[in-house]
This record gives sequence, structure tokens and C-alpha cells, in this order.
Amino acid sequence: MTSPTGARQDTLPSGRSRSRRTRSDRAIGWLRANLFSSIPSTIISLLLIFLLAKACVSFVRWGFWNAIWTVPGNQTGACRAIRGLGACWAVIPEKYRFILFGTYPFEQQWRPALAVLTFVALFVVSSRRSWWRKELVLAWATALVVIGLLMWGGVFGLTYVSQDRWGGLPVTLILATFGLAFGFPLGIVVALGRRSRLPAIRSLCVLYVELVRGVPLVSLLFMSSVMFPLFLPDGFNIDKLLRAQVAFVLYAGAYLAEVIRGGLQAVPSGQHEAADALGLSYWRKNGLVILPQAIRHVIPPLVNTFLAFFKDTSLVLIIGIFDLLTTAKTAIVDPAWQSFSVEVYLFVALIYFVFSFAMSRYSRRLETEAKSL
Amino acid sequence: MTTATSGPVRRKPSRFSLSNERAAGYFWQGVVVGLAIAVVFWLWSNAVHNLSVRRISTGFAFLGREAGMPISDAWIAYSPQNTYLRAFIVGLVNTLRIAMIGIVLATVLGTLIGIARLSSNWLLSRLAAVYVEVLRDVPLLLQLLFWYVLMQGLPAARAAWMPIGGVFLSNRGLVLPSIPIEAGNLWVIGTAAIGLIASCVLRRRFVARQSLDGTPRLLWPYALILMVGLPALVSWGLGVSWIIATPELRGFNFVGGLTLSPEYFALLVALVTYTSAFIAEIVRSGIQAVPRGQWDAAMALGLRRSFVLQHIVMPQALRVIIPPMTSQYLNLTKNSSLAVAVGYQDIVSIANTTLNQTGQAIESIALIMVVFLTISLGISLFMNWYNARIALSER
Repeated sequence: MTSPTGARQDTLPSGRSRSRRTRSDRAIGWLRANLFSSIPSTIISLLLIFLLAKACVSFVRWGFWNAIWTVPGNQTGACRAIRGLGACWAVIPEKYRFILFGTYPFEQQWRPALAVLTFVALFVVSSRRSWWRKELVLAWATALVVIGLLMWGGVFGLTYVSQDRWGGLPVTLILATFGLAFGFPLGIVVALGRRSRLPAIRSLCVLYVELVRGVPLVSLLFMSSVMFPLFLPDGFNIDKLLRAQVAFVLYAGAYLAEVIRGGLQAVPSGQHEAADALGLSYWRKNGLVILPQAIRHVIPPLVNTFLAFFKDTSLVLIIGIFDLLTTAKTAIVDPAWQSFSVEVYLFVALIYFVFSFAMSRYSRRLETEAKSL
Repeated sequence: MTTATSGPVRRKPSRFSLSNERAAGYFWQGVVVGLAIAVVFWLWSNAVHNLSVRRISTGFAFLGREAGMPISDAWIAYSPQNTYLRAFIVGLVNTLRIAMIGIVLATVLGTLIGIARLSSNWLLSRLAAVYVEVLRDVPLLLQLLFWYVLMQGLPAARAAWMPIGGVFLSNRGLVLPSIPIEAGNLWVIGTAAIGLIASCVLRRRFVARQSLDGTPRLLWPYALILMVGLPALVSWGLGVSWIIATPELRGFNFVGGLTLSPEYFALLVALVTYTSAFIAEIVRSGIQAVPRGQWDAAMALGLRRSFVLQHIVMPQALRVIIPPMTSQYLNLTKNSSLAVAVGYQDIVSIANTTLNQTGQAIESIALIMVVFLTISLGISLFMNWYNARIALSER
């Protein structure tokens, strides 16, 4: 394919130098190469430009031009009058505290907010390759304890807030983060077990992974909410959130085990033989030689699994745990605001998108880094 | 790999260390299995105790009892007086109905978007990239609720939108024209299906013969006779009527035609768009995995672009595409259980209602597991068969 600049150069008079070509010339060359290179391409471009312009105009008209940003009190009459023509963004300032933090005591909501910030800081710290050291495990442990203290309280003059008052974004982040923090070691153990040469251990691990991966997450969550209490002794009742958390740990463990197993398979057998020759025990061999290499191989797919897992936490809506999506859905049960669910869903989708997009960008960066190594 | 590591160890001269290692292996297996059995036994005895306290009998006898649950969107005859077993079958049909149609549509849409992402048209490829990024980064359940709210916001049946003649979109769902389902029509459709299979067999024959003597053979006249001519003859012979039943508005709802309920339609749209974003990425990376030299070599031979894509690049790309595609199909099937959030009664939703009505938690969950494990196994077997068929046959 001839480059746009090359094609353009031929038609230019020879006296004109490259540096004097104007910006508009370059823009035209670019347009020609990328939008109007052939007749079918031109037709597609024009059609897409038309549709895009139409969509943009109607979105701007609905989302900005006709939109209502604030209403006094719960007087949503003005909003209802323009329903279908304009958005009622007034629902967001009215409900955002409930959507983000659920029924957590209103004047104490700085605590979940701080917990969310701690989570974000933890993610940012963990994303730096240069900080992947032993201290990071310590940082995670500390951060999770701090988050627990903030959310529960009961010490240092913080009032105690029971788990059933928690809700919104902190719950989503708790489910995702704790699920991963406990699911990851579980995944490693199961992946090693699946590659063990002891048949009983291998088949137990295969059974666990295939059973969990074979059924929908929804049914695992039903199990956690209905069957766990059945399987536990009388009077020993654990909280609904904790039960869902256990289901998530088991779920994450099975999926992560498969990813890690892929990494284990990519480690050449010479590494095993060398470690055996040094006389290392099974655990030292895996911990010091095999696993560090295996996990390095699968970091991008691991991040993708984390991302899928983060989105999957929204399924707790079905068993009635107040995560971000459930609070959003509950916020619009309020009769005054009932008909503005689209606005609320867009707001929540934006929050999910910011987290997920950051993660997927990060995974892509890791992938290009891995290729260039 | 494990045998490779244990190999040199086993050949060691010292008998003692060998037996030691083997003994350690047996010991640890015994410990783990014993622990697993103990935990399962403990859980089981708790469950038996709890069930006896709540006066719930174990076993599948409840399947014969009257269900008493209404199912609005059943494709096989069902009334609340029917048994739980029948309700489960209705749920299973609903799951298969959403999963199969969803898989077909998601594959088509995903492939188109994957190819669009590789287009030389900048705008088209950017738009495809934005589509993929946005749909992949928002939870499926949120998208499903969003589509469902949009469906509910549609005008009532009286003022339904009509995008194409005979197709109506309203808050009652999507209504399509349909052909009458009678014995004669089914015979004709059956003949056409047999014609399709015969054409496929013929095509393989022709290709095999062409690889022997090099002369290409025209397939389409035979295909036309088999797939169109014969069914037309049967239709004429049986005197089948093909009057399409167009839906009509009577009172507050539509009569005639095929109605897709709002729940089904919202779920279908959500599953198809969400999964298509993942399939698009798989198709894109599959095509990109084919070395550029393959394109260049084929173009140098003077072959047409469409021919190169169809006969040289795609067969190679498919080898990369099929395994991840299988897991996307499985994901779509499992994700169809989100139906419970909008009230479409698939197998998981029916099992959940059963569980709440009868308290037969273990049995209901076991049924879900059996159904999904069977479906997963079926999809895996089919895709493995297909994968083996297209795999590189090395001489």
C-alpha cells in the first residue's frame, strides 16, 4: 500500500519541499487514505458519518439541551413533563449518596468513602511493576485491615456499623477484592494440585474446577444463600454477605486455577529438572523456581480474569445483597423518581466503566511490555 | 511433564528413597482424601439433620407434584396444574431457546464487528473498537437491566413501532410474522433440510474429485435443484399454503404471528451484544494471527481478495479462533441464567422458584448442575469435533 504522504508527493510540483506542506494538505491526504480510499469505503464513511451525526445530535438534545439538572425537593413534575425528550439528571444529585454508600449511616459516610479511596490506592500501588515485592503482601494485609476497621468501626471512637447497613460501591469493591485476595492462593494450590502426580489429589482438583466452571455463577450464589445454612450445624449462622463472599472465593479460585495452570504448562521441564537436581523440596521448588516464572507468563490473562470477576460481582443483585447495582436499582423504586432509571443506570455504568477500562488498558500495557521483553 | 520430573528420581539406585517418596505420596493422598471425605460427611450429616428438623424429605418425589407456578413464556403446553417436572422441562426449553439463538446471532454480529475492526476505513474500525470497549467494560447484568428498562419504555401495543412491514416493536415485545406450522409445511421444510445435507455431501465429493483431476465442477445447479426445486415440488404436490400470518392489533394486544416477550427480547439483545464484543476480539486476533506472508503470497498468485480471505486466511484463522470461541459459547449459555433478573423463566429461575416453594434446595441445585454440565459437555464435544475437522492435517 502506498503511504498517503508518498502518493501526495508525486502530484506536488518538485519545487515545493516537504516541510512547507501545509497542515490542511496533510489532513486531506489522511482523509483520502483512511476514509475515502475507494468507492465502497467512501459509501461506508458517508453512511457512518450521517448515522453518527444523527445519534450525536439526538443524544446531545436528550442529554444536555433538554435535560433538567436540578429540581426543588422531590418535585419531579418538570422532569416527567419532558420524559422521552430530555434526561432528568436531577436524580443523580438527589440519589448519589444512596447509590454509592447504600444505607450506611448518613453522617458516617466519610468512612466508606475513605475505604473506597484506600481500595483505589491499593490497586494503584499494586499495578506498579517495580513494587511487586514481598512488602506488597504486607501492604495488602494492612489495607484490608484498615478497610475492615473503617467499615465496621467499634474502635478508636468510631461507632459500630453492622454489615447489613453496608452498601454500594464499597460492597462491590469488597466482594471483588477479598474474592481475589483469597481466591488467588486457592487458585495456585488447585493449579498445582491439578498437575500433581498423585492421582487422588489431581482428580479432586479437577472435580472442583470443572464443577464450579460448569455451572452459572447465579446458581452458585443461590447455593450460597440457600444451601450454606442447610449444610452448617444448628445455631451457627453466618452473614449473607460473608456467604456470598465465600461463593465468590470458590468461584474465583476455580477460574484463576485454570489461568495459572496455563502458566505452569509454559514453564519448560528443564526448570523442574534443575530444581530437582538442586535437591529442593516440592514446595521450595514451586515457590522459588516454578511459580514465579509461571505467573509472569500469565499476568495479562490474570488481569482479564480480575476484570471479568469485578463485573461478575454485580450478580449479587439476584440474591439481594446491596452492591452498587442493587443500590442503583433500589434508588429508583422511590415513586417520585421511578421513571428515570435510564439516567441512573448510565451513571452506574460510568462508574463500572471507569474501573473496568482502567483495568483493560492496564492489561493491554502489560501485554505490550511482555512482548517487548 | 510430571513424569519427566519424576523419571530421573525413580531411576536412582537407592531403593530406600524411592519407597520413601512413594510412601509420602500415599500418605498425603490419604490425608487429603480423608479430609475431603470428612468435610463432605460433616456437611451431609448437618444437612440431613437440618432437613429433618424442617420436615423436608429428600429425593426427587416432589417432581411429580403439582407445580402451581405460572409460566408466562412457555413454548410447550403448560399450565400451573402441571407437575414440577413439566415446569423444569419448560425451563430447559426456554434456556435452550435463548442460548441457541443467542449463539448464532452473537457469532454473526461478532464476526462482522471483528472484521470491521480490521477495516482500512478508519471510521469503521474506530467505531467497532468503541463498541467492543464499551460493551466489554460494563457488567452484563447492568446492560440487561438497561435494555429491559428501554423495552418497558417503548410505546404501548396500540402505538407500536413498525420498523419493517409486519414487524411490531412495543412494550409487549417484538412481534414477527410467521409461517403456519402444519404437517404440510413441516414436510416441505424437512425436504429442504435433506436437500441441504445432500448438497453438503455433494460438495465434499466434488472437492475430493477436483483434488484428483484438477477440473472444477459446478455445484450450484445441483444445490438449487436439491434445496429449492424438490421442496417446491413437494409443496405443490401436497398443496401446502404459505400464507404468512401477519400479526394484527386486536384490543390491547397482537393476534397471530410470533411474539417474543419483552423479557426474552431484552435478554437476547443483552446476551448477543455483550458476547459479540468478545467474539469480535477473538475473530480479530485470529485473523491477525495469520502471517502477512500468506496474504502476500496469495495476492501474488493473482487471487481475488474475497477468495483469499475465504480459502486461505479464514481456514488458518479458524484454528486460532475455535478454542476461545467454545468458551464464549459456554459463557453465553451460563450467562443466560441472568434471565432471573428480568423475570424470563429459564431453568435457573424455575429451579429457584421450586426451591422457594418446596424447600428442596439440594435437588433443585443438583438439577441445575446436571442441565448445565450436560449442555457444557454437548457444546464442548461439538466444538472439539469441529476443531479436529479443521485442524492442520500434517502429512
